[in-house]
Amino acid sequence: MVETGHFALVLAFALSLVQMLVPLVGARTGNQRLMAVGGPVTVTGFALTALSFAALASAYAGSDFSVASVWENSHSLQPMIYKITGTWGNHEGSMLLWVLILTFFGALVAVFGNNLPATLKANVLAVQGMIGAAFFLFILATSNPFIRLNPAPIEGRDLNPILQDLGLAIHPPMLYLGYVGFSICFSFSVAALIEGRIDASWARWVRPWTLVAWMFLTGGIAMGSYWAYYELGWGGFWFWDPVENASFMPWLAGTALLHSAIVMEKRSTLKIWTLLLAILTFSLSLLGTFLVRSGVLTSVHAFATDPARGVFILCILTLFIGGSLALFALRASRLTAGGLFHPISREGALVLNNLFLTTATATVLVGTLYPMALEALTGGKISVGAPFFDLTFGPLMLPLLAIVPFGPLLAWKRGDVIAASQRLMAAFALAITAMLVTGLFIDGASVFAALGVGLAVWLVVGALTDLAVKSGFGAVPPAAMLRRFAGLPRSVFGTALAHLGLGLTLLGIVGTLCFGTEKILSMHPGETVELSGHTLRFEGLSPRKGPNFTEDRGRFLLMGADGNADGMITSAKRFYPVRQTVTTESGIRTLGLSQLYLSLGDENNDGSVVVRLWWKPLVTLIWGGGLVMMAGAAMSLLDRRLRVGAPAKRRKAAAALASPT
Amino acid sequence: MTRRQKRMSVILAGLAFLGAAAGLTFYALGQKASYFYMPADLATASVPPGQRIRLGGLVEKGTIMRGQGATVAFSVTDKQKSVKVTYTGILPDLFREEQGVITEGAFGPDGVFVADSVLAKHDERYMPKEVADGLKAKGVWQESTN
Repeated sequence: MVETGHFALVLAFALSLVQMLVPLVGARTGNQRLMAVGGPVTVTGFALTALSFAALASAYAGSDFSVASVWENSHSLQPMIYKITGTWGNHEGSMLLWVLILTFFGALVAVFGNNLPATLKANVLAVQGMIGAAFFLFILATSNPFIRLNPAPIEGRDLNPILQDLGLAIHPPMLYLGYVGFSICFSFSVAALIEGRIDASWARWVRPWTLVAWMFLTGGIAMGSYWAYYELGWGGFWFWDPVENASFMPWLAGTALLHSAIVMEKRSTLKIWTLLLAILTFSLSLLGTFLVRSGVLTSVHAFATDPARGVFILCILTLFIGGSLALFALRASRLTAGGLFHPISREGALVLNNLFLTTATATVLVGTLYPMALEALTGGKISVGAPFFDLTFGPLMLPLLAIVPFGPLLAWKRGDVIAASQRLMAAFALAITAMLVTGLFIDGASVFAALGVGLAVWLVVGALTDLAVKSGFGAVPPAAMLRRFAGLPRSVFGTALAHLGLGLTLLGIVGTLCFGTEKILSMHPGETVELSGHTLRFEGLSPRKGPNFTEDRGRFLLMGADGNADGMITSAKRFYPVRQTVTTESGIRTLGLSQLYLSLGDENNDGSVVVRLWWKPLVTLIWGGGLVMMAGAAMSLLDRRLRVGAPAKRRKAAAALASPT
Repeated sequence: MTRRQKRMSVILAGLAFLGAAAGLTFYALGQKASYFYMPADLATASVPPGQRIRLGGLVEKGTIMRGQGATVAFSVTDKQKSVKVTYTGILPDLFREEQGVITEGAFGPDGVFVADSVLAKHDERYMPKEVADGLKAKGVWQESTN
């Protein structure tokens, strides 16, 4: 089975070479038969990669320690779920997952892109083939997951205990669906440059892919953040760690792309910029892959360090970013610029959005790469953390968030900012009220906290205002309003949901950072501690044995206001004997939207235990907002306008008859 | 305004915006980045009390002392010099004697380094990269410490 997987991978590499060359030649020479090769080859390549991945997963599930990668990252006593997720909990397997998703997206274009112009489809598949070929070669040359060991060890070395969590089942696949999803936008852009032609229908094809990738990337980042929050036991949700920034940069650029693609589709302008943004977004995904996979960073994500891998990915990075940008420089002048618009208009607002988002991406890029560049050039070692980003990223985000509610209320071409402001009066009044209430009535609220709460309320109510205005609130009778509301395009709901989610996330961040409390103390069994109105009694430590670990569980009784027990919070110190590693399992109790977070430290000589506890008001909104943003993207995807190939049908009856794809 | 003037003013506003962002970024890099030192480096570099730095090295054997409550004192060494560090909080799970750590904080007026975060390696295979590089540069790196 393992050799089958290995052969399938080599075959998939060979097919990717065919995929990158034959359709390209076909498109250049106008040969229909050569172009038609692209589709079947792409689908077969995906099937082979899936087979290869399945072979590796079954080696992991069956604990076949004759495979080096399994031996290094698995153990026979691990629960089955971690045996399977361990498939991508290591460098080799995660790269295989990367190409699996790449070929999956390629196959989707091959299967559902029948209504694309033949040359565009051929070129898109060829560019996908080039990316695939580079990464297949990378895996086979430097990171082969199928290498055998002889003699085969009897027992494996266990998966890194931090990764033995359900998060590993969700976070990497989602993140990669996002990262790699942008490869389609990239391929479409490069294909457009090869053809030297770009039109509004191009944006109609690119926008759904951007939405899909953005949706998964949002989910992947939110899930990663929550995972780090509960697993590491530090109570933080974002560390400005280079690895986090690596995923955040494509998200910021992808958000900008999402917005500029709307302008391009609706108004047929900003074409060249949108195309460049699509190239940059995937380039940042590649950069992220390089940062995380090359071993230039020490982190939980850098499973192994091998200079050959770093150099190889750097070559891929240079080739694709350099190549696509050079092509852009050569061909962009051929593309025609679009129509003009007034600075105060929907287009103008979206340009402003892009200006802020790309500048913000640039500051994150500088903060992430500068320490590495400095070390390479001078050997000086610096670290750039929250203080840097608070000063650079923060000031860019505040004005951007403040103008978000205006955007959807401005008309295309020439907008009326006064009319939009009038409509936002209610949102503005509520935001100011929230600000004043926070500032005046909540103890210890800083100016910053009040401002943050006000901004979050502004975003949430602003998003709802958009829906209200568009369904004719106050202008038409309630029954007509309901009908209008139900008849709004799905993409209007998508926009409102995404902006609402942004407001919720902001509210969660402000609540946690500005109103959170924390205590570090050492406790004897029986002692109680009080934090922000919650009383906990330490009940003592008790040992327990898990499948591949032992743990000391600290039990804390949460006391209700009436002095009765209100549930137990447990936090544990786990010891994994195979790797001689200790991990902390934090204890979390969700109360409404807030959480009580508890983390167990070392035991002192006198029998007391160091305990760190946090009260995190509204913290769940940080990730809840992410889910709402995902829902917004999903809603936009359901918009009939975006269904590729479904020509805009005016009448509902016609739409009901039309097949979905 | 003519169309040309309008366009120029939009472009100028955009450039001013980017210039401000770039200026802020470079200011922040100068002010807010924290430098990494190992104990022996501190003899030559003058680090005033209160300036945030990262201090890395090995936890010196026999120096870990638990004081009142959750405060811990220990020394960080690069086998040439050592620096006394205090930290209040929960030490990372992989914090042990003779293991690599990176502490972040500032020197107090008494010359003791007050850390507000302590990082150890992520799992048993690796040492923090800066510490490993620093020990190699000082010639005191032993494979066995990894």
